Amino acid sequence: MLKHDILIIGGGGAGLRAAIAIGEIDPELSVAVVSKVYPMRSHTVAAEGGAAGVIKDNDSFENHCMDTISGGDWMPDQDAVELFVKKAPEELIQLEHWGCPWSRESDGKVAVRPFGGMNIERTWFASDKTGFHLLHTLFQTSLKYDNIIRYDEWFATKILVENGRCQGVTALEIRSGKVQAIAAKSVIICTGGAGRLYPFTTNGSIKTGDGLALAFRAGVPLKDLEFMQFHPTGLPGTGILITEAARGEGGILVNKDGYRYLQDYDLGKPLDINDPDHPVKKSMELGPRDRLSQAFVLEHEKGGTIPGPYGHVVHLDIRHLGEKIINKKIPFVRELATKYAGIDPVFEPIPVRPVLHYTMGGIDTDIDTATVIPGLFAAGECACVSINGANRLGSNSLTELLVFGRIAGEGAANHAKNNPGPDISALESQEKDEQNRILKGFYQKESGTENISGLREEMQEYMDSGVGIFRNEQGIRKTCDKLAELKERFANIKIEDNTSTFNTEVTVALELEGMLEVAQALSHCALDRKESRGSHQRSDFTGRDDDNYLKHSMAHYTGDIPKIDYKDVIITKWPPAERVYGR
Amino acid sequence: MKPYYRPPPHMFWLHRKPYFMFIIREMTSLFIAGFCLFLLVFIYSLGQGRETFDNMVAFLDSTFMIIVHWIVLVFALYHTFTWFNLTPKVMVVWIGEKKVPEFMVLGAVYGGWIGVSIVIAWLILY
Amino acid sequence: MGKTIELEIFRYIPEIDEQPAYRSYEVEFEDDWVILDAINHIKDKMDGSLSYRWSCRMGVCGSCGMMINGIPKLTCATFLKDYYPKKVKVEPLLGFPVERDLVIVMDDFMTKLENVKPWMIRDKDKEKTIDKGEYLQSPVQLEKFIQFSMCINCLLCYSACPVYVVDNNFIGPAAIALAQRYNLDSRDDGQDQRNEYIGKHEGIWDCTFVGECSKVCPEDVDPAAAIQQAKVTNTQNFVKSILWPFGGKK
Ligand SMILES: Cc1cc2nc3c(=O)[nH]c(=O)nc-3n(C[C@H](O)[C@H](O)[C@H](O)COP(=O)(O)OP(=O)(O)OC[C@H]3O[C@@H](n4cnc5c(N)ncnc54)[C@H](O)[C@@H]3O)c2cc1C
Ligand code: FES
Repeated sequence: MLKHDILIIGGGGAGLRAAIAIGEIDPELSVAVVSKVYPMRSHTVAAEGGAAGVIKDNDSFENHCMDTISGGDWMPDQDAVELFVKKAPEELIQLEHWGCPWSRESDGKVAVRPFGGMNIERTWFASDKTGFHLLHTLFQTSLKYDNIIRYDEWFATKILVENGRCQGVTALEIRSGKVQAIAAKSVIICTGGAGRLYPFTTNGSIKTGDGLALAFRAGVPLKDLEFMQFHPTGLPGTGILITEAARGEGGILVNKDGYRYLQDYDLGKPLDINDPDHPVKKSMELGPRDRLSQAFVLEHEKGGTIPGPYGHVVHLDIRHLGEKIINKKIPFVRELATKYAGIDPVFEPIPVRPVLHYTMGGIDTDIDTATVIPGLFAAGECACVSINGANRLGSNSLTELLVFGRIAGEGAANHAKNNPGPDISALESQEKDEQNRILKGFYQKESGTENISGLREEMQEYMDSGVGIFRNEQGIRKTCDKLAELKERFANIKIEDNTSTFNTEVTVALELEGMLEVAQALSHCALDRKESRGSHQRSDFTGRDDDNYLKHSMAHYTGDIPKIDYKDVIITKWPPAERVYGR
Repeated sequence: MKPYYRPPPHMFWLHRKPYFMFIIREMTSLFIAGFCLFLLVFIYSLGQGRETFDNMVAFLDSTFMIIVHWIVLVFALYHTFTWFNLTPKVMVVWIGEKKVPEFMVLGAVYGGWIGVSIVIAWLILY
Repeated sequence: MGKTIELEIFRYIPEIDEQPAYRSYEVEFEDDWVILDAINHIKDKMDGSLSYRWSCRMGVCGSCGMMINGIPKLTCATFLKDYYPKKVKVEPLLGFPVERDLVIVMDDFMTKLENVKPWMIRDKDKEKTIDKGEYLQSPVQLEKFIQFSMCINCLLCYSACPVYVVDNNFIGPAAIALAQRYNLDSRDDGQDQRNEYIGKHEGIWDCTFVGECSKVCPEDVDPAAAIQQAKVTNTQNFVKSILWPFGGKK
């Protein structure tokens, strides 16, 4: 049996940061990085705008904490936020030491830019390909450590729990079609978000929330899943993201009459674009994403949006920045808009609409990234520590990968050193069962009529209509019913390809199986949260209800309809207050 | 798992124009080398006394040799242009804080070339 | 709607096929469809057995490189309308073994990438701790290497390089460009270690400067330039080591 001290599922930003942390602690510890794609393909690569961390003299930890907590509508756990904010600058400097090409001021210091919901410029950036540089810096740095062993294009299918401890995983080597157990004393899940639950998303095809399903089935509750972030500026049709940095640099959002409609939705009063104080932080275009996306829907209902071939849009106008600034600060925005929307933003406004972007909820962990199962940790977008609460602030996520990736690595290393090796014979029997399940249910599946992509599309359609930007009981119920039905129909899927080499029909089916599980947990959390907070807006329960719902939703796996209960939010210094933008 | 190894395409340089142009550029060096050899022989003959040199000049004064030289000239020019055009990629020149733009680097090599040619022409003609 | 285009796709399933073969698919498409959209459409609606790699569909993850009518391209950034009404021939990247269908084996590149030591190597006396803050780097110093850091490892340059396609021993454009990326970084002192590897015969000296790698690069990395610049530096170092007193060492 394959054996390591620590096993990390996922080679994105969080997984690689964890691996390097272990590499730094002890070269004797053997670390496996199991990833269903080559690490540099992970979706961290797509992040554009930047990573937040207090570095300038005019900023403070207090400010960053406050922005994050109010941005998350008081749902973040405040002890976790404080830890996060304190560690953020260290991590970003560490990345600089490893070679990340951060953009610079003329004196050679790292430059920062404004971002939505942040009261001051504190977002570090590498042009507008921050995630790309971050991921490649981490990946290339990870190559330096001999004790990091990669399992590239291995698909984790199950968390192995034995004797009450997590002892490894089973994974499918996509190249050969073989399922094998990999034993480890601790396991870290870093599998990223679940944007592909929705039809229109900035997330790449690999963001299917596998890790959420893995942990869920193993018995770890999923927390706050109903909070899914819609980003206000996606390109219609493809869902490709136009980064918030476009607005951070001064871009504006206008409706069909060229009017900055955000002023009608309690996001402040606009300053003239030529005013030296534009853009004003935490106001108008630099409000938080949930509020901007909601404003779009309301403006649409008012008739202010612009019809287009892929639904209604508004315009993101950056023309006034001029070609020079655009090329220097946000060249990727220009490239993407030109290529995928067919317009050059130097001369024309960019059509945009809200697009599903980020999974705030996830695998429930404590502040040390540990789950309820000893030896099992989680970090990155798949985890919910939680610092993002009901709405994540842009540029907090990349930093979160680094801060909590590292903490997870250290925690897992520590756990591995203090715990006995795996119970091999028990794992072998679990391995057999899983091999059988995958073989019978997928590779050699006989009969079956349901089309995989058909089921997936139906799920996505219902997620969009039932648990989209605005929700109500009736819609959510319909989605819940649909999902129960789809899960049943999944048993009858059709797999035409029975070969074992790089069979992507099987991997796509495995992804769908997990997604249905996660979708169901999400919808039931949404159904039970009878209030409106952050990204969870119920048209039937419009206000925030701290008395009953200043609590994390916890979804527990039952095999059938998930059981939902609640856990208190940790409040330390910042008592709940009204969320105020632009006034 | 039984990966398929595709044989490299036969005569790849015939498949696409850029490859073909590249091979031509490579081939021109044969002509350049030939001409250099010839030049050495020519200079050597100069050292062998008047008679050998006159024979050499007579040998060169045929239509055939003139055509050959024209062909060599064309190839030499192709060679020179293609390589000169690539210099800005090879030589990235920084003056203090500023990167010297590609066209200036190109201008410099072409300028240098013309300059040297003028000096040689002057030496020969006067 | 209404326009259809023919895609002729390279198919090879090792357990079934002795030899690869081409299969044709007729796909109805919109003007804003990229080739990857058509391939996804085929997988979802027509033939679930087709295998290929993709993820970001925005030209940044580097997964979806294929030969399109003989030229290496990112299929998520190449539009069908630019080929219509001609048919589109889709093959796996040239120069690599084919795992299956459009999926290549890329182990060779991964080894080479690791061999160029693509990480910061710093002299001991320059190393500083995190609490001392960042290494200063002026925008000009950043400018000197940033272009070579834009490589997304899509491997199109390898497929465009006849030297690599004919002889896989060549270290190849992307890996050498990444070595240069670190060599030119003001914060790095690892040039000597990297040059030892890329200065070998199968390294920069194997390159005959065809220049196609730079033309197919979707990120304008210009690996050809990186290689030639490395040649200049290595030659200078070599000459210095012979002529300068003490081998020209600083
Ligand atoms: C377009 C876009 C732009 C963004 N811009 C910003 C920004 O500017 N600032 C910011 O802070 N955040 C941004 N974000 C958010 C941020 O990029 C993500 O939250 C973050 O990158 C997630 O990183 P991760 O390491 O958790 O997961 P990922 O990078 O998604 O990696 C997941 C890893 O898990 C592996 N994996 C998944 N399932 C399995 C399985 N079953 N078996 C084996 N391996 C598996 C995958 O192969 C992959 O390696 C952006 C997100 C998107 C989509
Ligand atoms: S799918 Fe990521 S580069 Fe094409």
